[in-house]
Amino acid sequence: MRIDLALYGPVAAPLAAALLAVLLPRRLAAFLSLLAAGAMLAAALVLASRTAHGETVVDGLLRADALTSWLLVTVGAVATIACWAGLHHLRDEADAGHLAGRSARRYLVLVQAFLACMAVAVLSANLGVLWVAVEATTIITAFLVGHHRTRASLEAAWKYVVLCSIGVGIAFLGTVCVYAAAVATGASGLHALDWTFLREHAAQFDPRLMRLAAGLVLLGFGTKAGLAPMHAWLPDAHSQAPGPVSALMSGVLLAVAFSAILRYRAVFDAALGPGYVRALLLVTALLSLALAALLLIGQRDYKRLLAYSSIEHMGLVALGTAIGGPLALSAVLLHILGHGLVKAVAFCSAGQLLHRVGSSRIDAVRHAVATVPAVAAPFGVALVALLAMPPFPLFATELGLARAGFTAGYGWAIGVAILLVLVAFGAIARHGLSMLLGSSTPDHSPAPAPSAADVTGGAAGAVAGAGPVAPAGDAAPTGDAEPTGDAAPAGGVAVLTAEHGTVSEPAHGRPYRVGLRWVPLTLGLLAAAVVGVWLGPLAPLLDSAARIAAGQ
Amino acid sequence: MTADQLFDLAFNLSCGLLLLTAVGTLWRREVSALITILVVQGIALTAIAMLLASRQEDGAEAVWVAAGVGLVKVVIIPLLLLRVQRLVPGARETRPLANVASSLLAAAVLSLLAYAAARPLAQVSTLPTARATPIGLALVLIGFFLAATRQRAVSQIVGVLLVDNGIAAIAFLATDGVPLIVELGVSVDLVLAVLVLQVLTARLVQTFGPTDLDDLRELRD
Repeated sequence: MRIDLALYGPVAAPLAAALLAVLLPRRLAAFLSLLAAGAMLAAALVLASRTAHGETVVDGLLRADALTSWLLVTVGAVATIACWAGLHHLRDEADAGHLAGRSARRYLVLVQAFLACMAVAVLSANLGVLWVAVEATTIITAFLVGHHRTRASLEAAWKYVVLCSIGVGIAFLGTVCVYAAAVATGASGLHALDWTFLREHAAQFDPRLMRLAAGLVLLGFGTKAGLAPMHAWLPDAHSQAPGPVSALMSGVLLAVAFSAILRYRAVFDAALGPGYVRALLLVTALLSLALAALLLIGQRDYKRLLAYSSIEHMGLVALGTAIGGPLALSAVLLHILGHGLVKAVAFCSAGQLLHRVGSSRIDAVRHAVATVPAVAAPFGVALVALLAMPPFPLFATELGLARAGFTAGYGWAIGVAILLVLVAFGAIARHGLSMLLGSSTPDHSPAPAPSAADVTGGAAGAVAGAGPVAPAGDAAPTGDAEPTGDAAPAGGVAVLTAEHGTVSEPAHGRPYRVGLRWVPLTLGLLAAAVVGVWLGPLAPLLDSAARIAAGQ
Repeated sequence: MTADQLFDLAFNLSCGLLLLTAVGTLWRREVSALITILVVQGIALTAIAMLLASRQEDGAEAVWVAAGVGLVKVVIIPLLLLRVQRLVPGARETRPLANVASSLLAAAVLSLLAYAAARPLAQVSTLPTARATPIGLALVLIGFFLAATRQRAVSQIVGVLLVDNGIAAIAFLATDGVPLIVELGVSVDLVLAVLVLQVLTARLVQTFGPTDLDDLRELRD
């Protein structure tokens, strides 16, 4: 029997790397993890070329169509960025003395196992196996969230496991309901959970049972996809995990969980007509957008800021899915890829920023463009991309969503969504500007807000010139410690100077090396920018994938 | 007594035990009592799975599934819970958000709700045992209630396990159980989830003393 490498590769490569990470020296294992992510991307691209025109590759429990390939390309690309940035993360942790050898090894093994589970979830032909893989991602990432073993990270891990286990348990109840409906029509065994079978025979299923199942599946996988009202674990988990892990969780795990909803949706629509799932999705989408927008305004922590931005973007993805049709769904799928790439860069650079500054508070970072340019530049550009500025793909996709929504007669929903996205835009822009360009004295009047183009230009310039770090002294005026007689509390100033202290003098005396840490981040941003302008050979794949997601 | 009558008797007894143990988790607060109740519930669930397997013509796979469920729910998970208990000896729920009387009242309401919500499941299925599916749903709802109103780490784990037992019961009663490979994956996931929660509890205790999840309030907006 010939084993289909492209089909099994995305699962086998990270699994092999996980096993080898147990045995090999740590540095070699870290390098292998990057190699495995690259292999995943390569296999995904091979699958993409084989399924781009609507073909299906099936073997045993695994199955790949254009939608699978599209999601796998996303997972592979984001994994490559995150594993590459992970190399620098591990070295930073080792330099700071936070990370013993065993802990680094555990990190490498768990990240690879996590990647393998996501590949299984995307590739599984069987909705039962899909559920098992999604639940497995929760268990594996729990240890990664609690990696730092601080009180906050253990709390986040606890909430994550309890809430997601219960949430995904609800999805399993939904899966059992679908299974019961299929069994009642005469199917049995694994066949009764096979996606292709379900989609073809859903019209005969009992509608009452399918309505119950649809609600349970949406609520359950919605938990894992970070959609309101079951999102409470997300800001905690994504802000406490190490940067590259947050990148994977935010960039692709949410999308993988959402892809389960995309798969089920085709089944439910065949059984119930499009109205029922659409109404549920519209409610959860607008709720997620509203919640994210409100909580972004007063946010004080920049990793939580990125986490809430993920809820916002998943809300947009759900909105597009609710609208339905190939136009909206191709926007949704491109949004998933674009958001994955950009959010990965944002979280990886936020992790480096946290390492440099020693605090994830927004007001602990001021004028980062001058103090930590090599980190601030990719962070800034990623924020600009998250705000849906051209040439990044989120610009095109949000426009596409709006057009599709108005065409389909959901103008009111799009109107509300645009309003909420604008609120989120304002909040992220304000916080981002104060971190990157804000004056280092709190009582100083804010500088006139430069346009986003300025930010891009400045940040891009800084990427180009990412040499040795500029001395931190010139950005931290020494006169800060004096009380200014203003209402500004002196405590804030003291914190600020203390933070600057950690910047200029790393804890263990090792000088901070900029090195090549900007390479994966710049590559990620470049890839996002290219995809935003020109899809090239991926264009037919996106078309086929959108048609499959739209149930055609 | 004929074989059919014996089957009915054992089946009804097991289903009754499921519901009774679910209510029992709300009634007792000592961790050791909760673990005993879960073992009894696991035995009842295994009995249901075995009884259903005995009814199938080609029941070899179903017997394996039932044996696996028994191993996980009666042996492995209680052992893991005992390790959690050893970390926090003498722990009992001190500050539940709802007292015993109102918890039991809530359980009654949730059971009624389960009977209403499970009607499509009971009606669609061709199996005679499907009439008992509301019990599974009641377990799920009581599990949510437990996880939401209890503060202790162990109580929350018990809530999660109750939800899982309920879903497994529904799967057995309405469909004769999910396919072997899916059940295998579900069981492995469940054991690992409890293992993760045990390790997290150990780390919390190691670093910060006895776990009162009520004090886990650092992360909020």
